Amino acid sequence: MLFDIVSANSAPLPSEPWWRVFYDFSSLTQSINTSLNDAMSPFWTTVTEMLIIGVLFLLFYAVVGLFLVYAERKVCAFMQNRLGPNRVGPFGIFQTIADLVKLLFVELIPIKNADSFLFNLAPFIVIIAGFMALAAIPFAMGLHAIDLNIGVLYVIAVSAMGVIGVLLAGWSSNNKYSLIGAMRSGAQIVSYELSVGLSIITIVILAGSMQLSEIVEAQRAGWFIFRGHIPAFIAFIIFLISSTAETNRGPFDLAEAESELTAGYHTEYSGIKFAFFFLAEYMNMFIVASIAATVFLGGWMPFHVGNWVGFNIIMDFIPPFFWYIGKTFFVIFLMMWFKWTFPRLRIDQLLTLEWKFLLPINLVNVLIMAFIVLMGWHF
Amino acid sequence: MAFNQIMFILFSAMIIVFSVLTVTSRKILRAAIYLLFVLVSTSGLYFMLNYQFLAAVQLTLYAGGIVVLIIFSILLTSHLSKKFEHSGWKKNIFSAIASLAGAILSIITILDYKFSATSEVAKEVDMRLIGKSLLSVDYDGYVLPFEVISILLLAAMIAAIVVAKNGGPAKAQSPLINQK
Repeated sequence: MLFDIVSANSAPLPSEPWWRVFYDFSSLTQSINTSLNDAMSPFWTTVTEMLIIGVLFLLFYAVVGLFLVYAERKVCAFMQNRLGPNRVGPFGIFQTIADLVKLLFVELIPIKNADSFLFNLAPFIVIIAGFMALAAIPFAMGLHAIDLNIGVLYVIAVSAMGVIGVLLAGWSSNNKYSLIGAMRSGAQIVSYELSVGLSIITIVILAGSMQLSEIVEAQRAGWFIFRGHIPAFIAFIIFLISSTAETNRGPFDLAEAESELTAGYHTEYSGIKFAFFFLAEYMNMFIVASIAATVFLGGWMPFHVGNWVGFNIIMDFIPPFFWYIGKTFFVIFLMMWFKWTFPRLRIDQLLTLEWKFLLPINLVNVLIMAFIVLMGWHF
Repeated sequence: MAFNQIMFILFSAMIIVFSVLTVTSRKILRAAIYLLFVLVSTSGLYFMLNYQFLAAVQLTLYAGGIVVLIIFSILLTSHLSKKFEHSGWKKNIFSAIASLAGAILSIITILDYKFSATSEVAKEVDMRLIGKSLLSVDYDGYVLPFEVISILLLAAMIAAIVVAKNGGPAKAQSPLINQK
C-alpha cells in the first residue's frame, strides 16, 4: 500500500530537549495550566487563560493580516511583472506597517444621515466573526484553543456571520454604491455557503468525524486529498472556488468592484474602520485557507510517502506548525493567483456558476464519496 | 459565584435586554440586529450546556440564515430614514397581555417540571448518535418529522421558483423567461 501508517514518529525520544516543544505543544500548554492553577483559584485560572489566548489571537490577527497585505502586493507585482513595494525596509517588508500608521492617523469621517450605531457596529461584527472562527483552528499538535466536537460545522457557522457586518455597512452608510455592494455580497455569500458546506461534508464522510483534531489525526496515514481519490480532489477544487467567493475576493469581488461601485460596501468608511474591513478580508482568506489546509491537506501532518522510511523521518523533522503554515500559505498563494489572473464575473455569471454548476456537481460528488466509503475503496 | 453561574446570568441578561429592545426599537434594521444578539446569546447558552451541535446549528440557521434573510429583505424594501410610528395604547395593552400570558405559561411549565440534580460530568453528544436518531424508525427515532420537514422544504423551493419566474405563475410560459 502506498500510504502505510508510518510509526517513525511514535517512538519517544529518551530525553526531552527544549526544542521538542515545537513538535508537541501540549506539554507546554499543560505546564502553563498547572502553574496557573497552583497560583490562583480555578475561576481566575480560566479568566487568565482566556485573557492570554485573547491577546495571543489579537497579536496573531494583526501580524498575519499585515503580512498578508504585504504578500498580496508582492504576489500581485510578481503576476504583473513588477517589483512591488521595495523602499521601506529590505524588500519593502515594512511597507504595510507604514500604511497602517498612516491609516491610524486618517480622520474618521462621521456620516450625516447615516445610522451611526449600525455604521460603527458593522466593522466589529466582521472582525468578531473572524476571531470566533480562528478559535477552533488547530495550528499544531496541542496548539488548539477549543477543540469542539463539531469543529467544522462551528467554523462554517461563525465565518458565515461576517456577511451580516457587510450588509449592515452597506445599508447604514446611506449610499447607493454601498447598498448595491452589500446586496451583491449578500446574494453571493448566501449562495456560495452551500458549496463550502457540501464540499467539506464530502471530507467529513471520509473522516467520519467533524472534530478538527480528529480530522487531522485521521490524515496521519495520508492526506485526504490523496486518499479520497477523485471525489476529494473535486471537493478541494469546489472548496477553493466557493471559499474565494465567500471571502469576497477577486474574481468574485463584485461587492467592492472598484470600476463600478467605487469601493462597494466600505465606500464611506475611513481610517481605522476601513482598516478593519481591509484586515478582515485578509483574515477571512487566512481562515478559509487554513480550513482547506486542515481538511484536505492534512493540517499540521507532515508529508509521508508509503514505505520511504528515510524520507518520512526527514519530513517528521520539520515542526508541525511550519507544515500548517506552509500549507495555508500555499492555498493563500493559489487564491491570490486567481485574483490577479481571472477577470471579474458579472452577478448573473456568478449565480449561474454556483446554482447550475457547482451545486449539482457537489451533490453528485457527495454521493460518490459516500459510495466509495461504503465499499471501502479509499485507502 | 461559580463561573457558569456568571456566564448564565450574563447570557440571560443579554437575551432579556435585547429581546425588549427588539420589540421597542423604532428602526427596523436595528430591531433585526437586536434579534441577532438574542439568537447569538441563546447559542452561547447552548455552548455553556456543552450541547455544541445545537449551538452551532443555532448559529448557522438563525444567526447566519434567518437574520441574514431578514436583513436582506429590509435592504431591498426599506430606507434608512424610515422610522416606525409609536403604536397606540390599545396595541400596547394587548401585546403586554399576550406576552405576560406567554411568560406565565412557560414559567408554570418550568416550575412544574422536576429538575433532578446529578453529580455526573457533562457528556459530549456524539455526532453519530444525532445522525442515527434523525434517520431511525424506532420509538425514539425522528425519521417522520425529518421527512415531513424535507417535503415542506421541497414545497417551499418549488413555490419560490414558480414565484420567481417571470410574471409569476400566470405567465409561466412567457418567452422572456430565459432571456440572457
